[in-house]
Amino acid sequence: MNPLEILKTAMANSFRSKLRTLLTILAIFVGAFTLTITNGLGTGISNYIDSQIAAVGSSNSFTVAKTDTSGNPASGPKKYDATTKVLAAGGRPGSTQLALGQADLDAIGAIPGITGVTPVTRLSPDFIQWNDHDKYQLSVSPLAGAQPQLAAGAPLDDSAAQPQLILPSSYVAPLGFADNSQAVGQDATIGITDATGIMHSITARITGIEQSALLGGGGAFINKSLSTALADAQGTGAPAASKSVWANVTASFAPSSAAQVNDMKGKLAAAGYTAQTLDDRIGTVKTVINGIIGVLDAFAVIALVAAGFGIVNTLLMSVQERTREIGLMKAMGMGSGSVFALFSTEAAFIGFLGSAIGSAAAIGLGTAVSGALARGPLSDLEGLHILAFAPGSVAGVILLVMAIAFIAGTLPAWRAARQNPIDALRYE
Amino acid sequence: MSVPILAAQDLTKTYGRGPDRFDALKGVSLEIGRGDSVAIVGKSGSGKSTLMHILALLDTPGGGQVHVDGTDAKTLSGRRLNALRNTMFGFVFQQFFLNPGSSVLENVVLPLKIAGVGSRERRARGMAVLEQLELADKARNKAGNLSGGQKQRVVIARALINSPQVLFADEPTGNLDTATGRIVEDILFDLNSNHGITLITVTHDHDLAARFNRRLYIRDGLLINTDEEHAA
Repeated sequence: MNPLEILKTAMANSFRSKLRTLLTILAIFVGAFTLTITNGLGTGISNYIDSQIAAVGSSNSFTVAKTDTSGNPASGPKKYDATTKVLAAGGRPGSTQLALGQADLDAIGAIPGITGVTPVTRLSPDFIQWNDHDKYQLSVSPLAGAQPQLAAGAPLDDSAAQPQLILPSSYVAPLGFADNSQAVGQDATIGITDATGIMHSITARITGIEQSALLGGGGAFINKSLSTALADAQGTGAPAASKSVWANVTASFAPSSAAQVNDMKGKLAAAGYTAQTLDDRIGTVKTVINGIIGVLDAFAVIALVAAGFGIVNTLLMSVQERTREIGLMKAMGMGSGSVFALFSTEAAFIGFLGSAIGSAAAIGLGTAVSGALARGPLSDLEGLHILAFAPGSVAGVILLVMAIAFIAGTLPAWRAARQNPIDALRYE
Repeated sequence: MSVPILAAQDLTKTYGRGPDRFDALKGVSLEIGRGDSVAIVGKSGSGKSTLMHILALLDTPGGGQVHVDGTDAKTLSGRRLNALRNTMFGFVFQQFFLNPGSSVLENVVLPLKIAGVGSRERRARGMAVLEQLELADKARNKAGNLSGGQKQRVVIARALINSPQVLFADEPTGNLDTATGRIVEDILFDLNSNHGITLITVTHDHDLAARFNRRLYIRDGLLINTDEEHAA
């Protein structure tokens, strides 16, 4: 019997006992449906987090700080070194952070693979105002290279001489704009106080409005030109020494593989610096979500294993019922291998039907529910589609279910194959 | 003398062990020539069906040898054995063993399907053999909806589709009324005399046995020379 004939016969055989096949398919349907939904949940949330991470900063850069070893409990106080400078840091009151100077910038820039080093200047503007409307407090994102998800307008242009900024959508109405599109292209005034207490005003063009984001701090994004202008204004009158120490620097690199990134990280660590990519900083969120999805997937697989026993039962009954038929086919020269193939193909086919229908239903229902959620309860998280279905993972689910069905089918298939033709023919 | 198509030496077959031990065959030797028609006659439990199953290579003997066309059946590989069952032998069963849910044509072409013949050729050859048995108009009917005589003709068509050299029949008329049985008998003897197919039939019906060239009487697992029941 050739493989195509076996496939056709197995398909026809699976429809012989329609009710029994239908019930088995339903059991598989439940498992495949659950697995597709949990997979879609993973894909949807991962997609959202990826786009949110891109909105915080560039993925091709490290945030570098000096490695501080004084925090180790048993290490005791550290010897004073005249070249070490410290800065007041966040965290518990009184904590300090080792500062980076120009020499550190040069050392980091010398690491192979690092293409550029920029100090992270903490900018503290006081307010933003448009056309004599009310003034509002403003914070700006310190990390360069962010790709915010825009609700309107265009991305920032770092090479432009014009100071530019992108505002979160929450600023649109308070500043006096009618809607997002009115805000785009307008000039706003940013006020910033310098070291001596004098207020400076800087005018910047609003190029875009950001969707409300999950991970962003609700601050504005600014281009290089505005960043320089604000830093100059803020630094006016400050002692020269404080202008050349920074808590962090951003070290950018060309797009690289994970191994290359780890290599650079290792070299930076050897040189006494702690480097973190955005994935390091925010990727833990993804790890947690992947863990949760993994547990849900495990439940779906348990359902599938239960369905697998259903397949074993269905096929054993079929083998029992068709004992004489199997005997007849063997008497007519059908090999044991063909009999085995016939029954295991039937199992895989039942698995395929259950998983294809289950996945299709999950995709249909999931897309509808996801759409409804995005418009309703989850509308505050713009851009979130809680269920997204990647063709690869759906195909993976179908193949997994077919593999489980095939394995479930081997026991009945083996029992069918080893039957002696004459015993089978005598069977009443 | 030409090589017999089937030859058996000292065949034994035992079922069960210990107190349940039952010797179905106790040493049977025979030769069947090409084109012969042989009836294996015996009572229920005499071992006649066991003998036919061993000759048809559906069962393995406990001892002794079966030679098919001069070849020892024990030396045949699984693949050769399957090919032999598929093309050289045809089987007709008392209980028909038709698949009632499939059409007559599908039932008839099953051996071709097993042999891996393409569907177009299967259909052509299936229709040809149904034509020969005057069943062409029933080709699309479900096998389960036929009368007993029609079913047995379908079974014969299925046995003939690969042009076998030997046709085995196990009580071919056992489930049929006399008139229908007569028709089926005529078909079988026509195949034997006009197509040269060797016919080996198991029966306990002496009227049927009388129509064969040779009769092998079997009792308690041994061949006996005469029909004692009739001789008595």
